[in-house]
Amino acid sequence: MTTMTLNAGEAGPAEDQTANPASESAVEQSAVKARAANTNIEVTGTVGSPFCDDAKLSMRNVNVFYGEAQAIHDVSLDIGRNQVVAMIGPSGCGKSTFLRSLNRMNDTIEGCRVEGELTLDGEAIYGPKVDVVPLRARVGMVFQKPNPFPKSIYDNVAYGPKIHGIASRRAELDEIVENSLRRAGLWNEVKDRLDKPGTGLSGGQQQRLCIARAIAVSPEVILMDEPCSALDPIATARIEELIDELRQNYTIAIVTHSMQQAARVSQRTAYFHLGKLVEVNDTETVFTNPEHELTEAYITGRFG
Amino acid sequence: MQTPTLFALLLLLILVAYGTGFSRALGAARSRGGIRSLASLPSYYGVHTALWCGLPALIILGLWLVFDDAIIRTLVMGGIVDKPESLSGQNLLYAQIQNMASGNLVGEATPQLTAAAEHLNSLRHGGQWLQTALILILSVGLGAYALLKVSPEMRAREKVEKVLRAILLMCACAAIFTTVGILMSVLFESVRFFQAVPVTEFLFGLHWSPQMALRADQVGSSGAFGAVPLFTGTLMVSAIAMLVAVPVGLMSAIYLAEYAGNRVRAFAKPLIEILAGVPTVVYGFFAALTVAPFVRELAQSVGLEASSESALAAGLVMGVMIIPFVSSLSDDVINAVPQSLRDGALGLGSTKSETVRKVVIPAALPGIVGGVLLAVSRAIGETMIVVMAAGLAANLTANPLESVTTVTVQIVTLLVGDQEFDSPKTLAAFALGLMLFISTLILNFIALHVVKKYREQYD
Repeated sequence: MTTMTLNAGEAGPAEDQTANPASESAVEQSAVKARAANTNIEVTGTVGSPFCDDAKLSMRNVNVFYGEAQAIHDVSLDIGRNQVVAMIGPSGCGKSTFLRSLNRMNDTIEGCRVEGELTLDGEAIYGPKVDVVPLRARVGMVFQKPNPFPKSIYDNVAYGPKIHGIASRRAELDEIVENSLRRAGLWNEVKDRLDKPGTGLSGGQQQRLCIARAIAVSPEVILMDEPCSALDPIATARIEELIDELRQNYTIAIVTHSMQQAARVSQRTAYFHLGKLVEVNDTETVFTNPEHELTEAYITGRFG
Repeated sequence: MQTPTLFALLLLLILVAYGTGFSRALGAARSRGGIRSLASLPSYYGVHTALWCGLPALIILGLWLVFDDAIIRTLVMGGIVDKPESLSGQNLLYAQIQNMASGNLVGEATPQLTAAAEHLNSLRHGGQWLQTALILILSVGLGAYALLKVSPEMRAREKVEKVLRAILLMCACAAIFTTVGILMSVLFESVRFFQAVPVTEFLFGLHWSPQMALRADQVGSSGAFGAVPLFTGTLMVSAIAMLVAVPVGLMSAIYLAEYAGNRVRAFAKPLIEILAGVPTVVYGFFAALTVAPFVRELAQSVGLEASSESALAAGLVMGVMIIPFVSSLSDDVINAVPQSLRDGALGLGSTKSETVRKVVIPAALPGIVGGVLLAVSRAIGETMIVVMAAGLAANLTANPLESVTTVTVQIVTLLVGDQEFDSPKTLAAFALGLMLFISTLILNFIALHVVKKYREQYD
């Protein structure tokens, strides 16, 4: 389906017929052709409102390279304080790469290079004197696949506070663990088995454990890279509720493939296409009245 | 026909059977409309025919070779009227007959012997003919039978796979039976040893000097078979080796897996693995000629007494030998830890070393423990280095600068040279072997247990 819709702009009816000889009639063929969007539009700049007044994170003219290949082209974006910003776009458009450059997780990838101005509360993220360890404590991350450590549930959550020396006494640590698990909505499910391995939980519970682990070090920003892609709808709904609650205290950037999810949890939405930031706006505007042709094509499901 | 010629002919027949089975299946397929009309691919029909042609014949040939001599001997000896009573006498007589039959006359030829020799020769000659005829008839006959059965309906693949499964099973059994056989032989010889020397003396005796007197009035006529000094020696050398190998091996694995760039890794990993390819004899003389004198001089320069063959020298070199085991296995295990765990730790603001110490190593621990225990078995069983560098004197000592001896060294010295196989001195080697076997078995058992326990915790 994907290849077909992407090619449909150029492909003649005869070729369509050979590509799908068995199932579709000529009528359906032409309908598909009419719906298919032309994705070869040159993106010249970002439309909408990429900047905001009270920016927690601010990025200007960011370029990211993997070796010779450029993954992100000249992206500028602000992420406001206590705001949830959703990043959407088709696979391989650079959303995750962009997200990972916000807490320098890209440093772990060999050959990856980030250019541009990225600041957290006005301090340069890629400055020569910046220590990535405290930076990553301030900008936490939740990954696509739940990745609890092979330790007990308690030790998973206590890991961050321990390495950063946040809690000096056992009672303090207990309190942090309980608080984090409560805020992640997991406390009632696991309070009787804190010493059991975190890997024994269900997928949704594991992801909430990872969120609890991230908030246990009291970060200021939480980056979420498709946190629900491996979860069922019920677990997804719980995580989405959680994101909404977390917004009171944290700034959140979330990459998602689900447009419904972006619409439900975020205040602002950024649409990426082939490494470029096409459009940023209030979530409502993006989904009801998109300015850019590509954004409209994507959110109405005509490609991606 | 001589057996090798027959064997070669049989192989040729098998090839021919494969070819004809294959082409016959193709022919049958052509008249039915292509290969898809066959129940199996043509090559399976070929293999099926070849198996019928070759397998029974090969089995019979094998059985023949095993039982040939015994049957002929029974027949020949049955024809002799006044055989000697004892088994050795009979052996002697049969050897004489064999010599005479092959033309090497030893001693005087009695009519009875000559007749027996002729009998033997005729039996051998007839046997050869019978063998050739039987094998060829079996092979060609069964091959032809299988060829006749080739038809599109026959499910050749299923039959071939059944035979293959049986062959695989037999290969698996071969390893098991070998182990059981070794264990049994060691066990029986040990039982004989323990009839001469009490088990308690062997296990708890503190003195080892396995000399047996040839005459009753000889000095030191009673040997002492207390194995404790040997086991403490083994333990000490292995412990020193592990003290070297585990930290160095593990840390080099961590460096290679977590810190080294691709280029360094591609260069350093094979280089470390070369260590594993050095023959232990080379390590042995390196230990004896370079390390041991060095250790002694070093000890003397700080005012310690050291013998020229020391547990320390042997242990150090053995440790170096084991490094690649630990490092290579640990490296693989550490690399198998998913990147997502590292990302998770780094994303929480861990430093590189915190990530390694608190997340990666705990996750890799079962595999690392397994690798280390494998290395321990290797250290306990190692012989050449300790023979050359640790000495032969069975000292019961905790001083690594003194010379000690190990279980393996003593087994070697007990069995080298001409030995009578019923003296406790020789049998002691089997008892030591049994103890060694049991201790490595226990070690492996513990290793499996540890690995399982951690696996339950971490998966």
